[in-house]
This record gives sequence, C-alpha cells and structure tokens, in this order.
Amino acid sequence: MSTRVGVVQFPGTNCELDVVHVVEQLGGEGEILFHAERTLRGVDAVVVPGGFAHGDYLRTGAIARFSPVMDAVSEFAAAGGPVVGICNGFQVLCEAGLLPGALQKNAGLKFLCQDTVIRVETTDSVLTSEAAVAQHLRVPINHFEGNYVCDDPTLAVLRAEQRIVLRYVENPNGSLDDIAGICNEGRNVVGLMPHPERASDPLLGSADGLSLLRSLLAAADRAAASAA
Amino acid sequence: MSTYAVTVDVTHLPGILDPQGATIERALPALGYTNVSEVHVGKTIRLTIEAADEPAALAQVDEMCHRLLANPVIEAFEIAIEEPARA
Repeated sequence: MSTRVGVVQFPGTNCELDVVHVVEQLGGEGEILFHAERTLRGVDAVVVPGGFAHGDYLRTGAIARFSPVMDAVSEFAAAGGPVVGICNGFQVLCEAGLLPGALQKNAGLKFLCQDTVIRVETTDSVLTSEAAVAQHLRVPINHFEGNYVCDDPTLAVLRAEQRIVLRYVENPNGSLDDIAGICNEGRNVVGLMPHPERASDPLLGSADGLSLLRSLLAAADRAAASAA
Repeated sequence: MSTYAVTVDVTHLPGILDPQGATIERALPALGYTNVSEVHVGKTIRLTIEAADEPAALAQVDEMCHRLLANPVIEAFEIAIEEPARA
C-alpha cells in the first residue's frame, strides 16, 4: 500500500493540488482533508499547504487554527505523526502553537515571489532526512508575511537544539537569523516559508524541493510501520 | 446581565516591524509635517458583550485577546470597556 499524505484545505488554500501532485509523483497517495473534517482518515503524514486560509483575516493563520481539522492535526502531531506546514501552512502551525514564534511582514514591505537558495542545517527532521547538511536547494518563496520572529529565549533554544532546519543563503525578507524553516522539539513538525512543491521538476526551474518531500514520505512510511 | 461596548486596541510589540507605520512616517514630511515621529499602525476591534458585570466582561475579552484577537508573540493589546445607556 502506498504512503498516504493528507493535505489540508481551508477556504482560501491554493497550493493543495500542487502538493498532491508531487506526493503522487513520488509514489505516494495524496488526499485532500477539508478544514471542517474532524478526523485525518488514518493518513500517514499531513501537509498544511500554502494559500490564504480564511482570507488571512485578522492575522495569517489566526482563523484557520480553529478549524475542526486542526484539532486532529494537533493530536496527530502530539503522537509523533509527521506534519509539514508550507508558507501559509507554517503561519497556521505557529498560530496553533505547534511551532514557536510568528511570521511578520517582510522587512521590505513587499510581497516576494522569487527563487531563493536555502541551506539545509540539519537532517534530523521529517523534512530533511533525505537531504545533506550544508546542501543548497533552489526553492521559490511567495509571501508577504515570511519574516520569522521569536523572542530571544526561544531563539536560543532553537539554536541549541538545532531546530533551525533551513536557512536562507541570502535573506530575502528580514527573517530572524536567516530562518527559512524550523521544527518542533519532537522534530516531527516542520514549518517553512519556501515552497518545495514548486521546485519539483526541472521544467519549473528546479527539482530541489523533491528531496524535502521525499523525506516527508520516508518519515510517513516510518510512522506507518511503527504504528502497524 | 448588562451590555458592554468594548474596544480592543491591538498594536505591534516594541521591536516588531511596522512597515505601514514606517511608510506613513516617511510620507508625512512630504506634506510639511516635519515634526512627527513614532508613527504606529495597529488595529481596533469593537464589539458588544453581555456579561454579569464589568469584571466578568473584561475577563472574557482578555481571554479572547489571548486566544484569537491578538498574537502575544508579536502584538500587545489594550481593552477599554464602557457600559452603554441601555440596560
């Protein structure tokens, strides 16, 4: 049986089909999880994809985190299940308290839609196990609120525990400590601003995102095997 | 039970970027207002709430602020409560 990856869809999400496409390209099975659902239907991993969930009203991710499906995602994450938030999904995971910190407006007050080069800082996370430390990946960003911020004690913990998973080689948005992606204490929840699903084919300009999503599928397989 | 009119002021915490405030601050001198500094843009949320008394209303709105209306990682908030004329 192939690996099942649930992809959360809020009103305003717009990257869910891209993620499903890449999951299937990698031999997995992508399943849309509607925000009003209360269960994850037994999927092996969850992606909270990019977009503008609930119009980003109030704050990015602020309303989305109270969707029924997010309770199920939180439970799944607490049990060690692999969860990845991409872009708006990262913002949702921060609002939900599954990851520390917040994403504020880009330092230059511009919506940024461009390629970035990110550096893999650790392979000890569900998103980077198949990558190599210090590897450079070309992956695009597409956001207005991607400027990661947290208080000093939190940053100290993230550094000490090597929970900064990905850093920008050239910081595009003012993000604290060049942070492009972080993970939780259990290393099974990762949030990142760049879009690996948009760097999944040489035709798109880069296929560097595949190693990240391949890592997620591998983590899902491990999780499924240990649950069985 | 009484009805209270509540205003919640949400502002950026010190050190958090306020690009809108910074942009306005740069625009004002162009209009001749060269004596302006520390421009901040926040948001105002107005609501009415029914509660037993003012402390009860305040406690509930404070909880709402922590859970939804503000993000304590990047925002501060202030709550102002007034009781309207109607009972």
